[in-house]
Amino acid sequence: MRLASVLASCLLLASAAASALTPDELHKLASAESAGKLVDQIDTIVARGDPADAAVLRGLLEGRLWALGDQVLLDEGGAVRDLVSGKVVAELPADAEKISINNRVRRSLERGLAALGLFAPGAPERLAAARSLQDSGDAEQLPLVARALAVEKDPQVKETLLSVQGALLLASPRASERLSAIEILLRDPTTRNRRLLVERVSPETDENVRHALAAGIQRIDRSLARAEVIGWVFGGLSLGSVLLLAALGLSITFGLMGVINMAHGELLMIGAYATYVVQTFFRAHLPGGLSFYLLAAAPIAFLAAAFAGMLLEIFVVRPLYGRPLETLLATWGASLLFIQIVRGIFGAQNVEVANPPWMSGGVKAMPGLVLPYNRLAIIAFAVAVLCIVWLLLERTRLGLLVRAVMQNRGIAGGLGVSTPWIDRLAFALGGGIAGLSGCALSQIGNVGPELGQGFIVDSFMVVVLGGVGQLAGTVIAAAGLGQVNKLLEPYAGAVLAKIAVLAFIIIFIQRRPQGLFAPRGRAAEEA
Amino acid sequence: MTLSQRNRPRLPLAVAITLAAYLLLVVAFPVCNLLVPAGKGLHLSDYAVGLVGKILCYAMVAVALDLIWGFGGILSLGHGLFFALGGYAMGMYLMRSIGREGVYGSVLPDFMVFLDWKELPWYWRGTEHFLWALALVVLAPGLLAFVFGFFAFRSRIKGVYFAIITQALTYAFMLLFFRNATGFGGNNGFTDFKRILGFPLADPRTKMVLFVLTATALLAELALCRFIVESKLGRVLTAIRDEESRLRFCGYETTRYKVFVFTLSAVLCGIAGALYVPQVGIINPSEMSAASSIEIAIWVAAGGRGTLLGPLLGAVAVNGAKSFLTVAFPDAWLYALGLMFILITRYLPRGLASLLLRAPRAPRARIAHSPAVAPERSA
Repeated sequence: MRLASVLASCLLLASAAASALTPDELHKLASAESAGKLVDQIDTIVARGDPADAAVLRGLLEGRLWALGDQVLLDEGGAVRDLVSGKVVAELPADAEKISINNRVRRSLERGLAALGLFAPGAPERLAAARSLQDSGDAEQLPLVARALAVEKDPQVKETLLSVQGALLLASPRASERLSAIEILLRDPTTRNRRLLVERVSPETDENVRHALAAGIQRIDRSLARAEVIGWVFGGLSLGSVLLLAALGLSITFGLMGVINMAHGELLMIGAYATYVVQTFFRAHLPGGLSFYLLAAAPIAFLAAAFAGMLLEIFVVRPLYGRPLETLLATWGASLLFIQIVRGIFGAQNVEVANPPWMSGGVKAMPGLVLPYNRLAIIAFAVAVLCIVWLLLERTRLGLLVRAVMQNRGIAGGLGVSTPWIDRLAFALGGGIAGLSGCALSQIGNVGPELGQGFIVDSFMVVVLGGVGQLAGTVIAAAGLGQVNKLLEPYAGAVLAKIAVLAFIIIFIQRRPQGLFAPRGRAAEEA
Repeated sequence: MTLSQRNRPRLPLAVAITLAAYLLLVVAFPVCNLLVPAGKGLHLSDYAVGLVGKILCYAMVAVALDLIWGFGGILSLGHGLFFALGGYAMGMYLMRSIGREGVYGSVLPDFMVFLDWKELPWYWRGTEHFLWALALVVLAPGLLAFVFGFFAFRSRIKGVYFAIITQALTYAFMLLFFRNATGFGGNNGFTDFKRILGFPLADPRTKMVLFVLTATALLAELALCRFIVESKLGRVLTAIRDEESRLRFCGYETTRYKVFVFTLSAVLCGIAGALYVPQVGIINPSEMSAASSIEIAIWVAAGGRGTLLGPLLGAVAVNGAKSFLTVAFPDAWLYALGLMFILITRYLPRGLASLLLRAPRAPRARIAHSPAVAPERSA
C-alpha cells in the first residue's frame, strides 16, 4: 500500500518536471487580460488537483514566472526552464517580462497552493495543508477535500481531512449537508470539533440541525470526560509506579532489619548518576549504540547502588544493630555524605540525561488523550522490577532465607542461617533496586544531587501505609497513593493534594498502625 | 537506678557551672558589647552577640527535644516545625508593627500587597497585639503537638514510626507554608522587621535585651526541665523510655504522660522560635525542612541524651562548628555534619557529656546495657 503511494508520488514528481499544464493554459496564465481572468484560470488549475502544478503556481506567487513571446519561463533558482517547450536555458533573457500579480491573485494563489498541498507526495505536507485548510474555513474547497479524501491512505491525514470536511460542510446552506457534517465531526470528538459545533448553535435556524447539534455536543462532552478520567487514572498509575520503584527497596530493608535507611533516596540518586555516566560513555565511545544505552545503564545502576548499599550496611547500619533511632540518624549522615560526594564529582547543577529516541513521543490512546512513551516505559519497568523482586523473594534460596530472617531472626540464626550475610545481601538488593529506580527516574525528571531528597518522605509513606516488608501492601499503597494524589490534584492543586494525602496517612496510621497488611500471628507480637 | 539518683551527687557542681555561665552571658556580654567602645580588645561585636543569641535559641530547642527524646525515648523529627510555628507567630506581630513603613506604604504586609490582597486573612486578626502574639507562640505549637500527640500516642505509634510520621507532618506543613495562598509570605517568609514593642530592632540595646531574655529563658527552661526530670513525672517518663509495656501493665496511663511532655516540649520550642525571629530578622519555611529537624537531633545526640546540660553543649558545639566551617571551608561543612552523624551515633552514643562529666556510677562496661542506649527492638 505504502509502496504504491511512494511509487505514485515518484511518477508525479517526474511529470512535474515535464509540467502538467498545456501550452494554452500556460499562455492564459502568462497573459491574462484581467486579474479576474487570471483568478479563474488559477481556480481551474487548482480544481484539477494535480500537485505537479504547484511548482508553477508557487513560481507565479513568488515572482519567478516570466513571459517572453511564446515562452513562459520559470526561474528555478540556478536554471531557467521554458515551460512550454520544456527546454532549459542557462540564463534569463534580458527582455523577458515578469508576470505581475495583485493582492487578489496572491490570495487566490495562496489558497490554491494550500489546496494542492492536499495532494502532495509526503504525508506531513498533506497534513499541514489539511490543517491550514481547517483554519481557513473556505467552503469552496469542499470538492477538493472530497477528492483528496477519496485517494488519501494515511490514517492521520484522513482523520484531519474528515474533520476539515465536517467543518466546511457545517457552513453549507443545505440542512442535510449540515446534518452529515455533524455526523462527520462526531467521529473525532475533540475540543476543537466541539467548539465548531458550539459556534454553529446560535446561527442555526433549522430545528433538526439544532437538535443534532445539542446531542452532538453532549456526546463529545461525554467522550472528553471519559478521556479525562482515563488520563487521571493513567497519571495516577505512572505516579504510583514511580512511588513503587522508590519504595520497593526500602520495604525490603525496613522489613528485614527494622531500620530506617534515610540514605535510600541517595541510592536512587546514585542509580540516576550511573545512568548519566553510561550515557556519557556511549556518547564518547559508542555513538552508534546511543539509542540503546539504557540497556547497559540499568545493570550498571543496579551494581553501583547495590555496592553503595552494601557499604552503608557494613559501615553504618551493622555497628548500630538494635538501635533503630540511631540508625536513622546515622544513615541521614550517610545521605549527606553521598550528596556532598556527588556534588564534588559532578557539580551541584543538574546533569542532562536524554531520553533515547524510541522513548520520546507518545501513543494516541483516544481522542484528546496522548500517553507519553516514557511514562508507559516507567509503568512497564516498575511491573518488571516488581516481578523480579517477587521471584527473588518467593522462588530463590536467598529469598527463602531473607523471609526466614524477617519472620524470626533468632530461630533462623539458630537453624544455621548466617543472618549478618543475609542482612548484607538484602541491603545490597534493596540498594540495587533503588539504583534501577534511579535509572528509570532519570528518564522522567531532573538528575541532580538532591534527587533523592524529594522521594524520601513519599517512599516512607508508601512503606508505612503498605505495611513493613509486605510486597503486596507496598504495591497497593503505591498505586493507591498515586491515584489519590492525581485525583485530588485537579480540585486542590498539587501541593494541597500532597498535604491531604499526608493527612490521610497520619489518620490512617491511627486506625491501623501496622499498615494495610498487618502481619498476623507471632510476627505481629514482635512488631 | 534512676536518673535522678545518678545525677544528685553532681547537682551542686552542675548548677554552679550553669549559673556562672548565665551570669557571664548576662553581665559580660552587655558590658563588652555596649560599654566597651569598638576597637578595644574586649569589645564584642553586634554580630557576635547575634550569633550567640541565635545559638542560645537553638540550645533551647535542643533541651526541649532532649526532654522528650533523651528522657522519654521518643524521637520527634517535628521539632523544627514547632520552632518555626513559634517564630511565625512572633513574625506576624513583627510584620504588623512595621505599619506603613513597608515598601508599598500599606497597612498590609508587603507580600500581601504584592499578591493584591485587600484585607488581612482572619487568622491574622489580633496579631497587632503583642500579648495575643505571645499567646499564639504558645498555643500554635502547643495545640498542634497536643492533638497530634494525642492521636499518635493513643495508637501506640512509637520508635521509628513516630519519627517518620512527625517528619511527614513537618514536610506537609513546609509545603503548606511554601504556598503564597497560605498567607505567610510563601517561600520568602517574613523579613524586614522594624521594631518590637516600639523599640527599633536595629538598635544594639534592643538586641541586647533580647539576648538577655534568651539567656534567661534558657536558664528557666533548664530549671523547669530539671524540676520535671526529678519529679515523679520524670521518673515515669524514664520508665516509659526503658520499659513502657511493663509500666502500662502496672496501671499507668502512659499516653497521658507522653502527650503532656510532648506538648510541653513543643511549647518550649515555640518560645525559642519566638526569641529567634527578632534576633535573626527572618523566618521562612526552610526552618520546617526535614534537614533542620534532624539536625536538632544531632545536637542532642552529640551533647548526650538523658542529661540536661549535654544537649545544650551539643547545640553550642555543633552550631559553633557550623558557623566556623561554613565561613572557613564552605564545602567541608556537609562532610563534617555527615560524619558527625555517623561517628557520634557509633562511637559516642552518650555524647560529649560522657567525656566531660565522668560518670562515677556508670562504668564503661555498663554503658552498653544502660537504659539510654538499650536496644530499642520493641520500638
